[in-house]
Amino acid sequence: MVNRILVGAHYGLKDWIIQRATAIIMAVYTVIFLVVIGSVAPDSLESWRGVFAGGFMRFATFLFFISLFYHAWIGIRDIWMDYIKPDGIRLLLMIATATVLVGYAGWAIRILWRT
Amino acid sequence: MAEMAIKKKRPKNLDLPTIRLPLPGILSIIHRISGAALFLLLPFLLWLFESSLTSAQTFASFKGVVDNALVKIILLGLIWFYMHHFCAGIRYLLLDLHKGIDLKSAVLSSKIVFGVSIALTLIVGVKVLW
Repeated sequence: MVNRILVGAHYGLKDWIIQRATAIIMAVYTVIFLVVIGSVAPDSLESWRGVFAGGFMRFATFLFFISLFYHAWIGIRDIWMDYIKPDGIRLLLMIATATVLVGYAGWAIRILWRT
Repeated sequence: MAEMAIKKKRPKNLDLPTIRLPLPGILSIIHRISGAALFLLLPFLLWLFESSLTSAQTFASFKGVVDNALVKIILLGLIWFYMHHFCAGIRYLLLDLHKGIDLKSAVLSSKIVFGVSIALTLIVGVKVLW
């Protein structure tokens, strides 16, 4: 006998998959970034900007940031769901989290495309 | 009926001081704490990233901030958090694939995560910060 109420919302499979997909994107980017930094060894503003000036690194860094913010959304939301029981405060914290993360995404894009 | 089945009493032991957390449990709570800390410090990290790229003046102030000994220690801690989250995350991906789920391998893989993440922190931290 299955003691679960199988009606209503989904069980979070989509978020579970996105959490892992974004983790893999960030892990691959981390390796690429460390290899690039290790070989370029940027020591000035020009060489450091050069790292992100190429189309590939700029796009890969953009993808990393978007993955980071979505990944953070799922992880932080899990923390609120685990520890914050009153619905109102939990909802408020979730909205605040989503709001700052969307803001960070805009900020990251501005940083990358102004360089 | 289903409601009652869900609300049945289960034994609980949440007396925190008497619980000795095993190594995979310590890894797990550091995974969560590191994720939360990295999230909380995102504005600081984005600001550092922005000032490192924007102009000669902001680059100079970026260097000034990063040259501060206290900031270096905070950044070294964040690099460790990142590396721990990274290595523990890869361990979780393997657990998702049912690799290493018996107790012995779970403890061994936890030791590997701690060893590799600390080694990576020292290598990357020393190279980037000093």
